[in-house]
Amino acid sequence: MKRMIAWLAGTIGIGAVLYVIFYHPLPVLFFPELPHLSFFGRCFYILLLAASLCLIRVALGPTAADRIVAIDILGILIVGFCAIVNIPTGRGWYMDIAIAWALQSFIATLALAKYLEGKNLDD
Amino acid sequence: MIEIAGIIFITVGLLFDLLGCIGLVRMPDVYNRLQASTKCVTFGTCSIMFGTFLMVGFNATGMKALLCIIFVALTAPVSAHALSRAAHKSGIKLWDKSVVDQYREDCPAE
Amino acid sequence: MKVKSRIVFFIVVFGLWLLLCMAFDWEHVLIGAVVACFVSLIAGDIFVTRPHVLKNPLRYLWFMYYVPLFIWECLKANLDVAYRVIHPMRPIKPGIVKVKTGLKSETGLTFLANSITLTPGTMSVDFDREKGILYIHWINVASMDIEKATERIVARFERVLAKIFE
Repeated sequence: MKRMIAWLAGTIGIGAVLYVIFYHPLPVLFFPELPHLSFFGRCFYILLLAASLCLIRVALGPTAADRIVAIDILGILIVGFCAIVNIPTGRGWYMDIAIAWALQSFIATLALAKYLEGKNLDD
Repeated sequence: MIEIAGIIFITVGLLFDLLGCIGLVRMPDVYNRLQASTKCVTFGTCSIMFGTFLMVGFNATGMKALLCIIFVALTAPVSAHALSRAAHKSGIKLWDKSVVDQYREDCPAE
Repeated sequence: MKVKSRIVFFIVVFGLWLLLCMAFDWEHVLIGAVVACFVSLIAGDIFVTRPHVLKNPLRYLWFMYYVPLFIWECLKANLDVAYRVIHPMRPIKPGIVKVKTGLKSETGLTFLANSITLTPGTMSVDFDREKGILYIHWINVASMDIEKATERIVARFERVLAKIFE
């Protein structure tokens, strides 16, 4: 019963945020004279929603492992974000940032996993 | 035509990214969270990269997008593997409704 | 001095450089060649341990067969996880099971573990090299028997991967 109520609340919340993103993009609510967003602006808002769900897990997570998992996932989301940014702006170097971010996020996750396991880094 | 294909790939990728993050919030323990989020977010990001490649075209940025697909698809499972092994070695229990844990029977945590 | 493996590694690194910068004037090519030479002198024998297996063309054909199979399984896995995430009652029954594998080479084991992680409902946790046992976290445990679990999880990839990497 409690789980059903939580599911309903989550579905209604995410549905409301998606409705706002698709039909009334956020700046338009406060400044009605702005033009509506393009497709890529909506993509940014959806990725921000996903990243904020990751941050909820970072804040709530009962153990250290949950937080590390959420940070790992956040790194992969940022790679996708950089890939989308370079289409409307036309700046190719965002893809370089994506590759470098993927590299350093992978190495950081491995180091954190070693730390969690309680071993030295050269083991 | 190829722009519409790119937009479809990017939309599918965004959908799977969002589902993976919802799974990260909803699932009960570390291992299930890793299952849901790693699969969905890896596939979603690879799909976004392929959509970017289709929209940008066959130049330096597009090649970087293809290399990034290969890189993400190779490294994301490895980091999930390392994290799950470290979590199990550091003594985090499975969910209480789990059926079986044959890893703890074979290598008990010290 | 393992010359052959260093040459293979040099070709891989140099090709990666050319693909990353996509500029074919002589300055880029010269700097790429010098850096690739340096890297392959230092680290060449770590990454490529058995250069003779790269000569067989049949392995590349099986690899071409493996990639679409992998993408199809990955798509099925995502739809499965999406169903389990959205469903209000959370239909999961998790557990860690053992499976057997016959692969020996490091590259083959890495690819097997990655394929298992990205396919429906399974994630590899650890493996035992001497006994050839993989420990797998299964989101919906169908059978705890080692033979049946091996049949359900590993068999479809192991047959192809053994032809590629062994």
